[in-house]
Amino acid sequence: MASGLHDSSFSNPVVRWIDQRMPVFTMMQKEYGTFPTPRNFNYFWNFGALAMINLMVMIATGIFLAMNYTAHTSLAFDSVERIMRDVNYGWLIRYVHMNGASMFFIVVLVHVWRGMYYGSYKAPRELLWMLGVVIFLLMMATAFMGYVLPWGQMSFWGATVITNLFSAIPLVGDSIVTLLWGGFSVDNPTLNRFFSLHYLLPFVIAGVVFLHVAALHITGSNNPLGIEPKGPQDTLPFHPYYTVKDSVGIIVYFIVFAFLVFFSPNYLGHPDNYIPANPLVTPAHIVPEWYFLPFYAILRAVPNKLGGVLMMFGSIAILFVLPWLDRSPVRSMRFRPIARWLFLLWTVNFFVLMYCGGMPAEEPYVTISRLSTAYYFGYFLVILPLLAKIERPLPLPESIAKAVLRGGGPLPGAAVAKPMEKA
Amino acid sequence: MADTLAPSSSSPGMGGAHGAGAHGPEQGTKRDFLKLAAGSFAAIGVGAIVWPFIHSMNPAKDVLALASTDVNLAPIAEGQAVTVMWRGKPVFVRHRTAQEVQEAEAVPLGELRDPQADSDRVERKPWLVVLGVCTHLGCVPLGQRPTDARGDFGGWFCPCHGSHYDTSGRIRRGPAPTNLAVPEYSFTSDTQIRIG
Ligand code: HEM
Ligand code: FES
Repeated sequence: MASGLHDSSFSNPVVRWIDQRMPVFTMMQKEYGTFPTPRNFNYFWNFGALAMINLMVMIATGIFLAMNYTAHTSLAFDSVERIMRDVNYGWLIRYVHMNGASMFFIVVLVHVWRGMYYGSYKAPRELLWMLGVVIFLLMMATAFMGYVLPWGQMSFWGATVITNLFSAIPLVGDSIVTLLWGGFSVDNPTLNRFFSLHYLLPFVIAGVVFLHVAALHITGSNNPLGIEPKGPQDTLPFHPYYTVKDSVGIIVYFIVFAFLVFFSPNYLGHPDNYIPANPLVTPAHIVPEWYFLPFYAILRAVPNKLGGVLMMFGSIAILFVLPWLDRSPVRSMRFRPIARWLFLLWTVNFFVLMYCGGMPAEEPYVTISRLSTAYYFGYFLVILPLLAKIERPLPLPESIAKAVLRGGGPLPGAAVAKPMEKA
Repeated sequence: MADTLAPSSSSPGMGGAHGAGAHGPEQGTKRDFLKLAAGSFAAIGVGAIVWPFIHSMNPAKDVLALASTDVNLAPIAEGQAVTVMWRGKPVFVRHRTAQEVQEAEAVPLGELRDPQADSDRVERKPWLVVLGVCTHLGCVPLGQRPTDARGDFGGWFCPCHGSHYDTSGRIRRGPAPTNLAVPEYSFTSDTQIRIG
């Protein structure tokens, strides 16, 4: 080894020359080539890679939209219509971006659900999990501001209602809202800054994704059994095993994505957003985009303004402390006979909230939202802490290899191993 | 930010060389003082440069300049209402009927969530001038047109989350915390008001 040069194992002279001076190839080889990965991943483990691809799709389509978009209240709506009608393939780029936001939330929600079902948030992956929650929050902010850009009725009134949430903060609330607006209502200064931030935040997300992956590569991946790999017999090199498995998922993902874009591009949207923004008339029934509905339902379930706002933000903030609310040492719900069902119920309950969020604020939806909100929080604050004390988990398999190489499930041999004691 | 300014002295282990010297450990060293001074200086500097950026997001001078709007009341018949724009927001100007005024005045203050007498909310009877912005999350309530739903108290009804306002624009039911705000305005003649 020449002094000061990295000891590269690549033989291609060009690659080797670069790698000796800046070992990015060695790093990629280590982190994505030979990286030891549990051998028992199921398809839920595709969704991280899918989210990464989705982010790249959003940035690529967004940059091309920005070339034709005008961030001014009197021009924004028309500039988007021009993208749709006159710009070559503008319709395609916009529909990919628009539906890409929905695909992003589908993918990330499944990814988060996977983490909750298989206990990926537990030690030692707490920080990894919390970085994920940060990404989720940034995505929500980005999507919210993007939805304002076309300056339709839903853009305008969505922006009005959401920015007004901050007016619930005691004392400084109104000043904060004026600061967000840059005026006395949602108007041109608001649109301009939202465009600026909408362009910026995806790159911030990319930065946090980098940290998320960096943290992942310290702890290694969790897996459907929720037990740590104990040696080489439990893992496979990431490439080619999981590059191939991810590719299968990516193809399915693009099929679903293409179906939305080409056959029902407006299915997940709202027709009122094709009406230009009118600050004097609120649409009779305003609803946020589908991915905000569960949280919107929580907001409306509380009959007090500040309370509703706190509960809504709290419903996401609580995910930050999930690793400390669930003290059960068993990660995977496969081995938690009670938690498993109560978590599946939580999942159904999430969809109930989503449904109620899209309905008018009337009975019976108000009462249903209240009960669902109670269960949403109850699961985290009561059920999980309690189960850590009283639930008796099923016996864990001795190792990943033992469990998966001799035909699935816990082995008889492993079953006699100590049943997990309570924490 | 600030503590990166003195990296060479930031670890307590380094302090041994100085702390064990002429000064007692309790006394603090010259370096501690320099660290503190440099740190506070940097913190103030950062604060001073952050404020212009934050304040640049507040309303600009031209936005603040769009302050007042004149409304001619003559064409508004009794029972009718008009909506005018002021600072980008709708303002409701309602020529209330005698019955509506009487209803507004008859409500005992104890029944109100945000107690305010009708007389404290109007300049001259029967005119009611309020911001057409729901105090919940900012939607424009219905009730300006005679065909609109006006809610259970004959004033306005906000469709977004169901707030009901009475004929004085006071919140009576629903999630909104306060009455519809009364903007600053004055009568410039018997048939003319200036808002703002
Ligand atoms: C995290 C990634 C992103 C998400 C979730 C996202 C989301 C959205 C959403 C929901 C819309 C509204 C679509 C519609 O209803 O028309 C939108 C519009 C827009 N976005 Fe993004 N976006 C992302 C990244 C970007 C980036 C990186 C750029 C620019 C470089 C960008 C530029 C635009 C533009 C110009 C529009 C307005 C045109 C339109 O409405 O179609 N986006 N975005
Ligand atoms: S904005 Fe009027 S009730 Fe919520």
